[in-house]
Amino acid sequence: MRNKVFSSFDEAVADIPDGACIGMDSWAIAATPQNLIAALKRKGVKDLTIVTHCFIPMIFSEDKATMPSVLLPQMKKLITPVVGIAHLGGPAFVEEYVERGLEVEQTTIGTMSSRLYAGAARLGGIYNPVGVGTIMEEGKEKRVIDGKDYILEKPIRLDYAFISAHKADKLGNLVYKGVFRGDGPVMAMAADFTIAEVDELLEVGEIDAEHVITAGIFVDRIVEIPEDGLATARKLKEMIYELHSIEPARKLMFG
Amino acid sequence: MKQRLDRETIGMRAAKELKGGDCVNLGFGIPTLCALYVPEGIRFQTEAGFLGYGRLVMADEIEKADWHYIDASGRFCTPAPGMAIFDVVTSFAMIRSGRLISIMGGFQVSEKGDLANWNTGGDALGGTIGGAMDLAVGSRKVIITMDHTTKEGNYRIVKKCSYPLTAKECVDLVITDLAVIEVTPEGLLLKEVAPGWTAEEVQALTEPKLIIAPDLKEVEL
Amino acid sequence: MKQRLDRDAIAKRAAKELKDGDYVNLGLGIPNLCALHAVEGVIFHTENGAMGYGPLVRADELEKADFHYHDAIGRFWIPAPGMSCFDVLTSFVMIRSGRMTVILGALQVSQKGDIANWSTGAHGGTIGGAMDLAFGSKRVIVTMDHNTKEGKPRIVRECTYPLTRKECVDLVVTDLAVIEVTPEGLLLKEVAPGWTAEEVQELTEPRLIIAPDLKEIEL
Repeated sequence: MRNKVFSSFDEAVADIPDGACIGMDSWAIAATPQNLIAALKRKGVKDLTIVTHCFIPMIFSEDKATMPSVLLPQMKKLITPVVGIAHLGGPAFVEEYVERGLEVEQTTIGTMSSRLYAGAARLGGIYNPVGVGTIMEEGKEKRVIDGKDYILEKPIRLDYAFISAHKADKLGNLVYKGVFRGDGPVMAMAADFTIAEVDELLEVGEIDAEHVITAGIFVDRIVEIPEDGLATARKLKEMIYELHSIEPARKLMFG
Repeated sequence: MKQRLDRETIGMRAAKELKGGDCVNLGFGIPTLCALYVPEGIRFQTEAGFLGYGRLVMADEIEKADWHYIDASGRFCTPAPGMAIFDVVTSFAMIRSGRLISIMGGFQVSEKGDLANWNTGGDALGGTIGGAMDLAVGSRKVIITMDHTTKEGNYRIVKKCSYPLTAKECVDLVITDLAVIEVTPEGLLLKEVAPGWTAEEVQALTEPKLIIAPDLKEVEL
Repeated sequence: MKQRLDRDAIAKRAAKELKDGDYVNLGLGIPNLCALHAVEGVIFHTENGAMGYGPLVRADELEKADFHYHDAIGRFWIPAPGMSCFDVLTSFVMIRSGRMTVILGALQVSQKGDIANWSTGAHGGTIGGAMDLAFGSKRVIVTMDHNTKEGKPRIVRECTYPLTRKECVDLVVTDLAVIEVTPEGLLLKEVAPGWTAEEVQELTEPRLIIAPDLKEIEL
């Protein structure tokens, strides 16, 4: 029986090569597989393609939290629906990297999910009605089907998926919590190799079959987040108070 | 009259191909017999939406039967610790993922490993496609268990399939009531024969020319 | 100097469009304020994976804030009975389903109901879920400033900013007016208290059709 449980994030990412295409969910702090990202940064692999939800500037010290954007110096390509947020200067923070050759592929959230699903189901492409008449058409084939316009979108396949989940059993069955589910389930299915960081690792049988959201077959490595790791309940709570003390963040979060 | 292998034996021999940790989809018929003979740690997937279900319910323990837990053949199974339940969308992402081994029946297998197992071309519709095409294309290993010949003695291992195809060039291993044959780029490699049978006798009942393995042996269980 | 409606008033007016049982997604900015004014029974959806969540966490009750429960803008909310959480794939199937009403902000709306709200073209912008929402909602309500800071119209013949979607807006609520997008053109239905139809027309690029029953915005 294959042992999927790793005790170290560095070991879990040790064989990721230069040029890998890695999917990772992120809503800034939430849903982000922070420990795996930190390990990938330490490893220093280059020429990465990163597929993520929300790619915004890193404004915290890296002992408190991390985000996909810390990987910018190691990236060759970014696929994302959200690059920058208005309150933090919009997409300007990636401009210097774009000038140095970073390729940015902008998309819509629903299109990215659909393309990931197409990758998971090994479809050759999808006909997408969203984005017709916009920049989303650029460079892509269009087709009229039953009188409606569609844009042909290619599937997204990932070499690796980094998943943040709430609990895993030793088979790799995953349950999530709240909005941390995000793109986790579809990325796990679209990836050749999935690594999950979890709040709690359970024995086989402790997760009710009805509640499994990602079946263990899609999960290759599991690392339980240690007490001194990133994105622990304690650190997440501390981040709330920290953000509350920053004026623009407080306005954003509490109105 | 020489003995051919019976269904249980074929099921047992197919089960030998599996290792602890493998996730396996079993098709209708002989394949579901494999479930009785597999080693520890195999997780069964059924397209209806379970992975890691427990053993099948026997006829003498009918009180355990529950319509909520049936496999693709309609047999009752039992839930097991670590089981996952999911919808069909997820199920077929799993099936297409290359992470499953598929054991299916076959009507015909060609010398290139083409598979025909959904339609004998007989009546109007011919058959039901079901999940067969997805399994044939999407699995990391496709093992076919089948009769070596038809009831009338005609070939089932053929140069080209005459029945409507399930998928091209997808079969890895064929286990029949006479032989174990591996599909290779060079052609069909005869690796094992049923006890008491010779390579020549098996070749006589097979349409394409078989490559005889240098270490040809009898099917062992 | 005549008063325009403030953000809260725009939100209140837009929220009047929502009914008990509606499934609603609210965009960043003014739309988000609509949650405070919506009637009982409106079910809110957040694109990052929850439906039917509870009230927003106020700044003075920080101990209730939990990173597992926040919306797409980053605002914390409290879980509620009957809430469901789901992945983003499912979330966007919901968004594209035609079963939801969306209230969006906009930079520009054209006389045909085109909407531009993701980029001013200068430095690009973030697409996010805007195109999906504009495509998939059964009703698209826009809340926006009637003019730019310099006084130029935001309701235009043709959008000059990169488009989010063509011909999708149903209703526009600004700090001056409530305008319905119809096949015949933009129908001015309500004006801010103290404003006349002519004054609103002067600040709007395309010709407005004045509703016979034109009235002042009531909150």
